[in-house]
Amino acid sequence: MSDATWITVRLTIELAALSTLLLLLLGTPLAWWLARTRSAIKPLAASLVAMPLVLPPSVIGFYLLLLMGPHGPVGQFTQWLGLGRLPFTFGGLVVASVIYSLPFVVQPLQQAFEAIPERVLEAAATLRASPLDRFFTVALPLARPGLLTASVLGFAHTVGEFGVVLMIGGNIPGQTRVLSVAIFEHVEAAEFEQAHRLAAGMVVFALVVLVTLYRVNRPARDSLGAAR
Amino acid sequence: MIDARLTLARRDFTLDVALQLPERGITALFGPSGCGKTTVLRALAGLERAAGRVALGDEVWQDDATGQWRPTHQRPLGYVIQEAALFPHLDVRANLAYGRKRSRAADGLATDDPAASGFALDSVIDLLGIAPLMARRPATLSGGERQRVAIARALATAPRLLLMDEPLAALDAPRKAEILPYLERLHRTLALPIVYVTHAMDEVARLADHLVLLDAGRVRAAGPLAELLAQPDLPLARQDDAGVVIAATVAEHDRAYGLSRVQFEGGTLWVGQTSAAPGEGVRARVLARDVSVTRQAPLQTSVINVLPVVLESMQADRSTALLQLRVGHAGGDAGGDAGRAAGPTPVRLLARITRRSGDTLALQPGDALFAQIKGVALM
Repeated sequence: MSDATWITVRLTIELAALSTLLLLLLGTPLAWWLARTRSAIKPLAASLVAMPLVLPPSVIGFYLLLLMGPHGPVGQFTQWLGLGRLPFTFGGLVVASVIYSLPFVVQPLQQAFEAIPERVLEAAATLRASPLDRFFTVALPLARPGLLTASVLGFAHTVGEFGVVLMIGGNIPGQTRVLSVAIFEHVEAAEFEQAHRLAAGMVVFALVVLVTLYRVNRPARDSLGAAR
Repeated sequence: MIDARLTLARRDFTLDVALQLPERGITALFGPSGCGKTTVLRALAGLERAAGRVALGDEVWQDDATGQWRPTHQRPLGYVIQEAALFPHLDVRANLAYGRKRSRAADGLATDDPAASGFALDSVIDLLGIAPLMARRPATLSGGERQRVAIARALATAPRLLLMDEPLAALDAPRKAEILPYLERLHRTLALPIVYVTHAMDEVARLADHLVLLDAGRVRAAGPLAELLAQPDLPLARQDDAGVVIAATVAEHDRAYGLSRVQFEGGTLWVGQTSAAPGEGVRARVLARDVSVTRQAPLQTSVINVLPVVLESMQADRSTALLQLRVGHAGGDAGGDAGRAAGPTPVRLLARITRRSGDTLALQPGDALFAQIKGVALM
């Protein structure tokens, strides 16, 4: 593997890992809220989370670019904080990844939380567990399969995204040039052998990830079924 | 004393109850489905927010007048529901430890008190016979085992009040028969007040000391079980399995005929031989439809149990009449209400006869009669 390729692979993994971490930190409380709330704004919140599923990546990329640009509110805010501008930086890519991968993390988590019978959480309350205690000792362990699915999908989807990355990050080696963009560039330059190597690697990666996920999650699903 | 005044308006019914429950023994909340008994229990536990006041002794759990509200996890109670809500990701041992650890932390060292020794973990495990299950996962347990673990898990927190919401309703008859003896042991062993929601009369007759009859969100009647069951003017008395429960002690066994004689205030009954030893307490259930009356002591009868009684009241509808009978001929009129307050409550029976028989015998309150009892069930 050439140095350039290695840098690209490492950057891709770093981006996906950091984004997944942030997604879990943000997405878990959001999914818990969505799973338990009876609030009137729940449909709106759920729809906003799901938007990246239906919108073309170019639309998300375009608006993120405007928001984070020098005249956008987010851009002005980051400049005011002294962080500079986000577009065409690694930080900008992380922000964009968190937004477009959000549904892939929130939805499996939300489904896992919704599958926990209310009476099990109430039982924990009658056994003196405070709400936070119930969340960490009952809800999270029971949602473990969903947590795993969410992590893997969030990671894999961040690795696989192309459109938003191209619009927000561009193609700066070592900063914003990730695998999907590199493949595109190789194809543009008619370097099919390099394109092949990366593309085949992605196919194998995706297959291994999904097979592992489905294998690991099967028995766990049985144990949740026993909660009924 | 458990004192609760709760009101709650729902779309389909309004709950409005005031309960004073004794701090000892099992109180059954009994009524048809939809009468609000589960809602009352959930409100006592703080799982449902009804308006009003809930206090256990001098410990106030909720008082809207002063704005007091303790969330469920700060109330020292145990809660057992129909489907044992065990934690599927923990084995039985860890399920028991879950509440015990937290309640001990909340109570400091209070649970090490000799007063709370009935709740030593070992004795709880022993009481419910779950020692062999400790390493098992809930998914591998039978329905009856799960329910026993759920009860043990609730008791392991050394609760001051145990709330049970139809704990046997999800079980088939053999599983039910498996659990009932454990509940009776619980009842005998622990000085813990239990509020027990059910719509099964056999569970009430077997377990309850006190009864609260709920109907459409309101308390229809409340009091000691034996008294309420013997009241002919309650909806209970109109049911096919209407009947009284008599607290008795075993006097002797007649092994040759497979019978046992049990004794109670004012009389004795022969029943099918029981495994209880002489001197042990038992409950005898006598259904109204198994009791008939005669004016003279029956001479040659196959009925083995004949008790002298005084007719107290008679309620008739088109074809049947329900008689309330007080056991014993002597001292009936002299006692009256004053006698009731001083001495033990007299034992009462209900008898369901045809209205025509009632007219033929020209029955009047105060008549001295003989009750022929065709069936007595020990429970």
